[in-house]
Amino acid sequence: MKRMNTVLVLTVVAAMLSLSACGGGSDPTKPAAGAGSSDKTTIIIGSADFPESTLIGEIYAGALEAKGVTVKKTFNIGSREVYLKALQDGSIDLIAEYTGSLSTFLNKKASAKDPAGVYAELKSELPAALTVLDKSAAEDKDSIAVTKETAAKWSLKTIPDLAAHQNDIALAAPSEFKTRERGLVGLKAQYGVDLTGKFLPLKGAAVVEAMKNGQAQAGNIFSTDPSIAENSFVVLDDPKALFGVDNVVPLITKAKVTQTISAALNAVSAKLDTPTLGDLLKQVVSDKKDPAVVAKEFLTKNGLG
Amino acid sequence: MINNILRWLTDPAQWSGQDGIPTRALQHLEYSVVTLLVAALIAIPVGLLVGHTGRGRSLVSVANAMRAVPSLGLLFAISLWVGPKIHGSLAFVIPSIIVLVLLAIPPILSGTYAGIESVDPAARDAAKGMGMRGSEVLRVVELPCALPLLMSGLRSAALQVIATATIASSVSLGGLGRYLIDGLASSQYEVMAGGAVCVAALALLMDLVMAGLQRAVVSPGLTGKFKQSDPVASDGRIPA
Repeated sequence: MKRMNTVLVLTVVAAMLSLSACGGGSDPTKPAAGAGSSDKTTIIIGSADFPESTLIGEIYAGALEAKGVTVKKTFNIGSREVYLKALQDGSIDLIAEYTGSLSTFLNKKASAKDPAGVYAELKSELPAALTVLDKSAAEDKDSIAVTKETAAKWSLKTIPDLAAHQNDIALAAPSEFKTRERGLVGLKAQYGVDLTGKFLPLKGAAVVEAMKNGQAQAGNIFSTDPSIAENSFVVLDDPKALFGVDNVVPLITKAKVTQTISAALNAVSAKLDTPTLGDLLKQVVSDKKDPAVVAKEFLTKNGLG
Repeated sequence: MINNILRWLTDPAQWSGQDGIPTRALQHLEYSVVTLLVAALIAIPVGLLVGHTGRGRSLVSVANAMRAVPSLGLLFAISLWVGPKIHGSLAFVIPSIIVLVLLAIPPILSGTYAGIESVDPAARDAAKGMGMRGSEVLRVVELPCALPLLMSGLRSAALQVIATATIASSVSLGGLGRYLIDGLASSQYEVMAGGAVCVAALALLMDLVMAGLQRAVVSPGLTGKFKQSDPVASDGRIPA
């Protein structure tokens, strides 16, 4: 009886092992081919995991819907590393991007420093399946900001000023900042400022909280973030333009571009500028309004929706 | 994919430096051990008291209900609350330890309480008959008899804490969760998977250590290895 049980158990285990080998070929983390890909007429709009990206995504969605395009929204995907993969496998078709950051991400050696040059360089670096429409005058770039007290204590005005105190400064930023050229890697290479010692990987609003509460003396904050003004943070000058030029631009799958879509999105880009974007963002982040509502108001006011 | 994970795990660069597996594993162990010590300091006395006096059984039910607490959500809530009050990096460590302790208390409390409850009433009666008073009965008879279940509660808590201590990394702390969070942020799935493998390995190692501890601490007579019919030496000892 005991012998039969042993044989039975061994048979079951052998069967399980051989069955598990059957599905072993595919990579379980790759999304299934064609997942979420739409038919020719629907545009799937994605956004990164910060409020401004979702806000601009809502604006694009509203503008396209006003012109009769069917739109599906998949917001808060993640960082650039994640949503670019989503674009390339068809899970999303359109996302709001920033010229300089995307350009440096695709090519570490991107060297243009003016908006037109960066835009042209970006166009040449994009993979064949993707394209960008007109860029907007609105700009939102990464910045290193320090608390008012820290700036006063060490007379900090520019990023190179950090080098003298790099061992005492805790920088709070999203974890991908550690490995990016427009991040700790570039700070070390271009300015000789090494902040890896006390780096605090935090996401979004937690960066501002950490600076407010004293756990971090510096933080990576986007330049249109209303919390900079609200908390009197000091944005450090970037003399070598490491964080460069970052105009808002729609990144879209070439196959999905139509006359209607590009006309609608170019019209939005024309009406969007940095002060407007900052104000809209303030309504979403500080006044806690729904981004879809804020987007609708912007579009109605500018005759786009 | 499996190849990438194996390559990441065997890469010598991964085994040195501030970001290496040993450093992260040590940080992870630090949080876990501190948590277990604090949780044991809270839960074991309470469990012993409730089991010995038979009063306050509702406390055990409350502790069991605490198992349902969502650790990650609670961690963010407590960090937001503690953040403005503490200015150093302790503002992240304290909420993490609190949340992990809340996670570890229910298994330890249940184990202790169940252990004391399961003590043979004959043994308790014999102790009273020998003239021992309440606290002596607890210390000399009930606690040693409750040790198997108490240790199993501790082991269960240790496993849960090691597996969940990864959430500390979402509020910028170190530990093996760093691989999970950073790997996800930069979409390097082999780093995530490798980190998960390390957490599992660490949990198994901890369980082995605690099994050894259990072997050392629990009286051989309680292990069930000896039956009624086993010969007893003339001086009353059970041969090893």
